[in-house]
Amino acid sequence: MTKHDVVIVGAGPAGMAAAIECARAGLSTILLDEQNALGGQVYRAVEKADVRLLKILGDDYSKGRDLAAAFRASGTVYMSGATVWNVNPELGIFFSKSGTSSSFSAGAMIVATGATERAMPVPGWTLPGVMTAGACQIMLKANGLIHDNVVLVGSGPLLWLIAAQMIAAGTKPSAMIETVPLSRYVAALGLLPFNRTALGYIRKGAAMMRVVKRAGVPIYRDATEIAITGNGQAEAISFRSKGRSHTLPVEFVALHQGVVPNQQITRLLRCEHFWSESQRCFVPTLDGYGETSVDNIYVAGDGGGIGGAIVAELQGRLAGLRVAEKAGKRVAVDVTALKSQLQRELSIRPFLDTLYAPSAEILAPADGTIVCRCEELTAGQIRAAVGLGAQGPNQVKSFLRSGMGPCQGRICGLAVTEIIAECRTQPPSVVDYYRIRPPLKPLALAELAAFTPAESDHAIVELGQVE
Amino acid sequence: MFKYIQGTRGKLVSLTFEGRALSAVEDDSVASALLVAGEKVLRFSPVSGAQRSPFCMMGACFECLVEIDGVPNRQACMLNVKEGMVVCRQRNLAEATRS
Repeated sequence: MTKHDVVIVGAGPAGMAAAIECARAGLSTILLDEQNALGGQVYRAVEKADVRLLKILGDDYSKGRDLAAAFRASGTVYMSGATVWNVNPELGIFFSKSGTSSSFSAGAMIVATGATERAMPVPGWTLPGVMTAGACQIMLKANGLIHDNVVLVGSGPLLWLIAAQMIAAGTKPSAMIETVPLSRYVAALGLLPFNRTALGYIRKGAAMMRVVKRAGVPIYRDATEIAITGNGQAEAISFRSKGRSHTLPVEFVALHQGVVPNQQITRLLRCEHFWSESQRCFVPTLDGYGETSVDNIYVAGDGGGIGGAIVAELQGRLAGLRVAEKAGKRVAVDVTALKSQLQRELSIRPFLDTLYAPSAEILAPADGTIVCRCEELTAGQIRAAVGLGAQGPNQVKSFLRSGMGPCQGRICGLAVTEIIAECRTQPPSVVDYYRIRPPLKPLALAELAAFTPAESDHAIVELGQVE
Repeated sequence: MFKYIQGTRGKLVSLTFEGRALSAVEDDSVASALLVAGEKVLRFSPVSGAQRSPFCMMGACFECLVEIDGVPNRQACMLNVKEGMVVCRQRNLAEATRS
């Protein structure tokens, strides 16, 4: 089995930056990414975007082109469309690509698998015609597609960003329904940091909100009691805002409730995680360079706590430099400067995390609301399982099959932890999370049957060309 | 409807969905091609048979599972369309077992 000095999983800003540093230091570097195009989600398909799309998506997106170009030039072995389905403690990496599977080993691993959108379990969220706002943005980035009659619902900076991008593309959202309780604005205001980096973020946010207002998009604030209804597909959304009930007809609904770390690989490797009260999610315990509690396993980017694209890139560089240094390579970069830049970039987080924390309604869905979409389990069923003695997500899983469908708990995991924590009046850190086992993604038996360990780099690259 | 902000630029390929002939832009994922074609329902839940449509478009939620060229459980958002592709809705498990 061929061995690389370092394997990076994920081709977003963190993964690309980490690869650039590792390759520059002379390490044999391989990067595996599940998507077909470079960029992760934030810079999704950035190499493909033409001038018009770049203008619509803005400078923060266009920035990704330079990083992608530097990554292409770095000498990293890059495998797109490659799904990692197991990593063993000896750092054997098992993956599928184009219907077959292979493995190689690595001296170190940088997990740069980013974030997923937090589940927003409201009545009707499984109906056809309901998507995440991130999904709508992916279609814009990857395909230049916009829905001409979409209602945006939820909370978080991404919701305003996508609204502003839609307006720039000439197709405004039909309405914006924000679930941020008004009290949050007051609470967050006290956490506003006064440095140029943070104020830059605030200015950008304010500008996006102005664009949406000026475009005449109806904005409903402090929305509660959200329910999507329809016969076989989404047809209407009802909610309360400022003491009044509203029902709007809908063709398409995009939900958003912020993003949370993708924990699958770090959980599989039994890295230590802690509960972040401010971001309401589990986060792997990391040192100042992103190394986890397991030797030679690093996390960079949103997978180690939500920070956004710039933070991800800085963390990727730090992790890459550390891996190179540990491998005995000379590193001529001022790490102190990188770290202080990282601190400045992160200074906006307490404000954003407080303002856009999920509301009570999202964390404690009504009994009849589906939480585990794959197995169609409701919050009430999960509460009943707790009533029968289930102490945590793994018992609830045994009782009900929650998290046992094809998504393997990626969507419902945190919601299930929160519901159990509320029922048992225990903190989520005690309740804990689903135990993640291989395969990390469902895998066809044919892919397993075609398994051949890679004997050389050449074999790995060849695999990418086999259909 | 989902619309291309600057018209369909890429090369078009032909595929079928549930026997219906469609054309799609070569670089698009199966899921986005179907959404553009107005097809919201890509599968039926194996539990209740409820209709489902693509949800995350990034490979995490598995709501877009379809049958492609006779192979079930393919993530429509992760695979690009190809000339001659035969795509079918993923039927609910109980129904599939009966047939």
